[in-house]
Amino acid sequence: MRALFAILLALAASHALAHKPSDSYLAIRVEGANLDGQWDIALRDLDFAIGLDASGDGDITWGEVKAHHPDIAAYALARLKLRSGGADCPARATGFLVDDHSDGTYSVMRFAATCPGEVTTLEIGYSLFADLDPQHKGLLRLEHGAGTRTAIFGPERPTQSFELARISALTQFLDYGREGVWHIWIGFDHVLFLLSLLLPAVLALAGGRWEAIGRFPPAFWDVFKIVTSFTVAHSITLSLAALGVVSLPSRLVESGIATSVVLAALNNVFPLVHGRRWMVAFAFGLIHGFGFASVLKDLGLPQGALLIALVGFNLGVEVGQLAIVSAFLPVAYWLRSSWFYRRLVFIGGSLAIVAVSGIWLIERAFNLKIISA
Amino acid sequence: MSRRATAIDITRTSIIGTFTEIARGLALASLAAAVQAAPYLPKDDATVLERLAVRPGDPVARELRQLRAELARDPQDLETALRLAERYYELAGAEGDPRYIGYAQAGLRPWWDLRDPPLEARVMRAILKQSIHDFSAAMQDLDAAAREDPKNALVWSWRAAIRMVQADYAAARADCEALRLIESELGAVGCMAYLDGTTGKAAAAHRALSAALARSSDASPETRLWVLTRLAEMSLRQGDARQAEEHFRAALALNVRDQFLLAAYADFLLDQGRPAEVIALLRDWVRSDILLLRLALAERALDAPAAKEHIQALKARFDAAALRGDKLHQQEEARFNLYLLGQKEKALALARENWKLQREPRDARMLLEAALAMNDPGAGKDALEWLERSGHEDPGLRRTAEKLKALKR
Repeated sequence: MRALFAILLALAASHALAHKPSDSYLAIRVEGANLDGQWDIALRDLDFAIGLDASGDGDITWGEVKAHHPDIAAYALARLKLRSGGADCPARATGFLVDDHSDGTYSVMRFAATCPGEVTTLEIGYSLFADLDPQHKGLLRLEHGAGTRTAIFGPERPTQSFELARISALTQFLDYGREGVWHIWIGFDHVLFLLSLLLPAVLALAGGRWEAIGRFPPAFWDVFKIVTSFTVAHSITLSLAALGVVSLPSRLVESGIATSVVLAALNNVFPLVHGRRWMVAFAFGLIHGFGFASVLKDLGLPQGALLIALVGFNLGVEVGQLAIVSAFLPVAYWLRSSWFYRRLVFIGGSLAIVAVSGIWLIERAFNLKIISA
Repeated sequence: MSRRATAIDITRTSIIGTFTEIARGLALASLAAAVQAAPYLPKDDATVLERLAVRPGDPVARELRQLRAELARDPQDLETALRLAERYYELAGAEGDPRYIGYAQAGLRPWWDLRDPPLEARVMRAILKQSIHDFSAAMQDLDAAAREDPKNALVWSWRAAIRMVQADYAAARADCEALRLIESELGAVGCMAYLDGTTGKAAAAHRALSAALARSSDASPETRLWVLTRLAEMSLRQGDARQAEEHFRAALALNVRDQFLLAAYADFLLDQGRPAEVIALLRDWVRSDILLLRLALAERALDAPAAKEHIQALKARFDAAALRGDKLHQQEEARFNLYLLGQKEKALALARENWKLQREPRDARMLLEAALAMNDPGAGKDALEWLERSGHEDPGLRRTAEKLKALKR
């Protein structure tokens, strides 16, 4: 009758099996030459492989699992090969917990491994349960820096390599770029400095009075020169400071930045320098660069990816600047002849900037707190 | 991990509060799994973390241990490997756990990748491959096996089964014909009745299969269960709910563990608007994805508080399957998305994807219902064509199809 039953079973075959198959969850975090791991393995699978149910009653208790922790570590870690730069990264268990997954309770093994040098390419060989259950899969989550990758291990793909540097380079680049944009966006002192220099770009000084400029190209080139020289200048000092070649006390830098804003805005109200505002932008840009560098230092500079972080951050700052400039220039040009622009925005705005940055200057120079911005 | 992202923050105490009545044993473990996903240290050594489906002392477990030990001594012993694989395959069906398919495959390792394995190994390999839905590889092995041994009933019935899943009814008929020449009456009638019952001749199929069962007084409980479940389906296709229920009850009275019977009966009760009975039937089956889905549907229908946690548990399991890259449960996942999450679009996408692999009545039903929910008759075109071509009778399915076609005009 067994044969007949098999035949009938065949005819009801199409139902999917109703349980989740066997998976393990492997999470590895790479920090320099060190690997930190957590490996969740189903107790049912471990019981099948090494026998956890010592009492034989069908219940797996915490006591039974605890007694087998050395066996679990030995069994599992022997089936996980971590290699970097052609050498093994030996792993050891550092602690055990349990976790309830959607299909039952898992043993959670934390482990640590040390590679001979900084890991740039991690090779992982996974053979857990390969001999017992070819349907078993290992689901990897690999973290490195800000980047996370996932992969699936099984008998078809037991060994996989992960190039960490390349992946994290792009991620880092984008991350630092974002930080750069963000910093210019919330860095009011930089924005106000730039605006102070840009406000007069659509005007021309004639006989001590500001007149609306006649054509767009001169205004555009004026802005172009100012923004470019500001960028070049702060890139120079940002790089020098970030690389540790030059270093200035932050109080001096912050006060200097505030001074630059005060002077740039005052120059609009009482014009001293007009035609060569790009030189002003360059000179003070050097100070602003030190300010950017301190932000970059606060973010933490990745060793080995210093250049990427530097270029990413700098480009992010430029993108932020360009966004501000391209929003400002058309509107300013359109409004340039109006009383609204020439008196209210230009003079009134500049005076307001002088006031705000003057307060910053006092706060920063004397380490006081007047307004909270 | 993504399962963590989906876990909602419910404390252990609130789970225990809601589920005191089923807090014993695995029910809780698997519920807690869905909602709590942070590693922890159990309170004391006596805490039961897991309950094994097969106890080490059970006769089944003893037999499996013995077979494994024999095979370990001589891994090339095909006879032992086949016996072990058969036992595991049966266990996979009873418990619904794909691990056992993997265990069976492991025992067949020496023959798994051979181009021309011995006949029995080839047939077993095909059976295991189809159970992980690798239908084309399974069919290749079955073709070769049928050429080598045209009198092998198992081969022809497996071929028919796979053809039924793929809705290739002409080929399935040829396989059933081949089976009729070599197999005992109930097996051959069962094959043809299964085909006829799906393709618009449910009344005749029901008559033939009941008569064959009446003549087979020596049929095993497992065989009876299969026949009664099919008879219930055929009754439903004729719109006879009362008779279907009689068959279901007779099948349940056999006391054989079979999730597919429970799933079919639960679907029947849900369609009949009797969700309370589904809860009573399935409350201890939360480990099985397909039964937990029916349980959650019933709880949702009754606004039972347990629905929320069960839906969360299902979500976690489907997410875990997605992480693994599994496509075994797309029909169930579509139903879950449509009726429990209200994600019509995703449900339709899953139902269409599922249709590429599986084309049985319930797959068609899912596709039609998802297309109807999205007001998209075009998306249900394949299932409408199937309905036309197969002549399938199920009144509920036909009503859904009519509603979908009415949208067109």
